[in-house]
Amino acid sequence: MAFSDEQLQRYSRQILLKEVGGKGQKKIAEARVFLIGAGGLGSPSALYLASAGVGTLGIIDDDVVDLSNLQRQILHSTRTVNHPKVDSAEETIAKMNPDVKVIKHVGRLDSGNILDIIKDYDLILDGSDNFPTRFLVNDAAFFLKKTLISGSIFRFEGQLTTLKPHKTDEGPVPCYRCLYPEPPPPGLVPSCQEAGVLGVLAGTIGILQAAEALKEILGIGESLAGRLLIYDALDMSFRRVKVPKNPNCLLCGPNPTIKELLDYEISCTLPSPG
Amino acid sequence: MIKVRIPTPLRRLTGGQGEVDIEGDSVSALINTLETQYPGIKERLCDEEGAIRRFVNIYINEEDIRFHQGLDTPVKQGDEVSIIPAIAGG
Repeated sequence: MAFSDEQLQRYSRQILLKEVGGKGQKKIAEARVFLIGAGGLGSPSALYLASAGVGTLGIIDDDVVDLSNLQRQILHSTRTVNHPKVDSAEETIAKMNPDVKVIKHVGRLDSGNILDIIKDYDLILDGSDNFPTRFLVNDAAFFLKKTLISGSIFRFEGQLTTLKPHKTDEGPVPCYRCLYPEPPPPGLVPSCQEAGVLGVLAGTIGILQAAEALKEILGIGESLAGRLLIYDALDMSFRRVKVPKNPNCLLCGPNPTIKELLDYEISCTLPSPG
Repeated sequence: MIKVRIPTPLRRLTGGQGEVDIEGDSVSALINTLETQYPGIKERLCDEEGAIRRFVNIYINEEDIRFHQGLDTPVKQGDEVSIIPAIAGG
């Protein structure tokens, strides 16, 4: 594909980077990225991936825009309150960069639909707001050999890692279950946005997910595969810890017991105060 | 003293502190000391059998204790211990 003069101008500041160049820009234009959730994490990820010129962005969300979302979900606006989030997202992205094709999915991922929905994408960004979806997405990405960039946030703290257990050329790399083998039982850990979150934290982690995504697309730098990044906005610290592949992982280990997708119970329990 | 980092979801139990300095020569000793000083924290970290919960990770510096000696992993002066539970907000 050849870029128009307008596109060359639009992307000139990143084409100038020798790590990107015309070839890299072409990779970005041909990339197909799937975003789980058009919320706090999905908003900044989508905006930066769209502005970078990612050719196809798939977005799934089952929700409509609520006024209480606007504190952090910057894809949406006062005008799109009560509109489906995927419509609001499509509109914002189209205004910013008409080069991007947005594929909308209204609904929730489950064991029955996820493989079909994500199979045509190169890269998946998890910005969902609950554990059952996170484990489902991990398992599905593993079965389909898709790289998954997982971000999560809680109050003032965020976590980020890149999961590509199918890539074994540089030694074993973990899946999400190597990091956390099982989801917490419903009610034990608050998982939903009702627990409160600093809006800008969502921006920080969502943008870091987009940075990891662009590096994957371009094949540059060192990814967070095998590492977990922990960001604490209160003391402004970034820490990285090792995430080894679990040789006994029930999903990606040599003797797996999880051989098909599981639906965990979705629970959105309010946490105890504090 | 060992520095133990307390994650946001558990700070309610430590009076809001994100970092506490305690004594102990193994992870299990640290957890027992934490429980003495901040009652209720152990059951958030360990299940009924006393094992670390499967959605909570404990790191000594950068190393996940699950891939070392678990609760028996020794700690020494100057180590930083981090408690990192899974979080799911988006």
